[in-house]
Amino acid sequence: MSAFTTEDLFRIMRECAGEEEAVDLSSAAAEQEFALLGYDSLALMEAISRVERGYGITLPEETLGEALTPAAFVTAVNAALADRMPAAGAA
Amino acid sequence: MTTAPTTAGPTTTEAGTARAVVTGVGVLAPNGIGAEEYWAATLRGRSGIARITRFDPSSYPSRLAGEVTGFSVRDHIPSRLVPQTDRTTQFALAGADWALADAGLNADSLPADERGVVTASASGGFEFGQRELGHLWGKDPKHVSAYMSFAWFYAVNSGQVSIRHDLRGPTGVLVTDQAGGLDAVAQARRRIRRGTPLMLTGGMDASLCPYGLAAQISAGILSRSEDPTRAYLPFDAAADGHVPGEGGAILTLEDADRARERGARVHGEIGGYAATFDPRPGSGRPSNLERAVRGALDDAGLRPGDIAFVLADGAGEPEPDRVEAQALTAVFGPGGVPVTVPKTMTGRLYSGAAPLDLVTALFALRDGLVPPTVHVEETTGHDIDLVTGAPRPVTGDAALVLARGRGGFNSAMVVRGPAAA
Repeated sequence: MSAFTTEDLFRIMRECAGEEEAVDLSSAAAEQEFALLGYDSLALMEAISRVERGYGITLPEETLGEALTPAAFVTAVNAALADRMPAAGAA
Repeated sequence: MTTAPTTAGPTTTEAGTARAVVTGVGVLAPNGIGAEEYWAATLRGRSGIARITRFDPSSYPSRLAGEVTGFSVRDHIPSRLVPQTDRTTQFALAGADWALADAGLNADSLPADERGVVTASASGGFEFGQRELGHLWGKDPKHVSAYMSFAWFYAVNSGQVSIRHDLRGPTGVLVTDQAGGLDAVAQARRRIRRGTPLMLTGGMDASLCPYGLAAQISAGILSRSEDPTRAYLPFDAAADGHVPGEGGAILTLEDADRARERGARVHGEIGGYAATFDPRPGSGRPSNLERAVRGALDDAGLRPGDIAFVLADGAGEPEPDRVEAQALTAVFGPGGVPVTVPKTMTGRLYSGAAPLDLVTALFALRDGLVPPTVHVEETTGHDIDLVTGAPRPVTGDAALVLARGRGGFNSAMVVRGPAAA
């Protein structure tokens, strides 16, 4: 069970950058690129900033350029969370 | 009327002779949302000036404003854009939508590079800036919105409107305080003369937050009256400053021939324009406002007697009022033309004021009715024929709009009504 889920990310994206009228942020959207979902790099920067604040982590610089889909973003967040909590990762 | 090339005014040496007509308007004003609601309220003399409600103004020396009430952001702005926009930009986005709809146009009516947007801005997104600077000061840089990178700055309205409607032609922003509202429309007209068929233009300002009000108070020209009927009295012996307001208008400007070809309904024409700059205060040299007025008339190819009425800037301070009244008297003769300041019902809207006045002038020409200057009673010392009390019937098909910006900016624009355009 991941500590951070696609649903968590979509909630944050809605808060910080709204929701495109024509886009359904359901689980099917997790594998689509952010650009197709209507989110630009500023929206991602804003989301990264909110996740870092909310979860007490620092995401690597590459997240912005490499996490092109919600699924990849969630993976990056969970990797950072695991780094922060090595005991939980080892269990 | 003539369609021949006109005499150049001081700042207008234009290539091309295409005429620019107004085919759409979008209005957000303290006394009415939407052009017709605003116009009906203005003819009735209904003021939108009252005590500030967006925050508690008790601790400020000036507590009145013209607030836009009843504008539901979620009803007019895509949710995607709400977190990244200041109220100023939300007004501009709504105004642009309405101006295009009023013109009967949608985004793909023309190739994207044949449509552009030029707006004016006096303050940018102050409320957004206040919130994020609060985060920076009270928390840390990580709490500052990524959208602070553009949400506050002067060009943001042009930028967001450009993105929303895919306007890839000429784009820009004019920053000349309250004169900017005319300067932006004039720039849009230049672009039409140079071959861009469609331009959105005008201006919106909305800075009625503590930070914005503090900035305006620091200029020392806001009224401190607590009485909404005595706080903004241009040309009145009791004038002691102005009341700030929020809102403005966005206009759809089109090449007249193209507009006619597509059968567009035309509100009127931007007939002439000139801008001048005043000498340094204390230099002893006179204001150049009169030269702007004469330049706009020359640019329109009209004489003073062709102007049916004037929408004055109406600073509401003794010295600027005196200068404006003198310029009008010099050009039109003592009491030579009806003069009005409908912004007594909205407060001064900064870059939004003059575009709103252009809409007012076009509707007044259409209906043959000049709206009143409300609350002003005693104009002793000014030889102008101020329209007070009730709307005044007029005939004629051209009007003059003046706008002056703090720092010495004078702009004058002549509009022709729908019958003449």
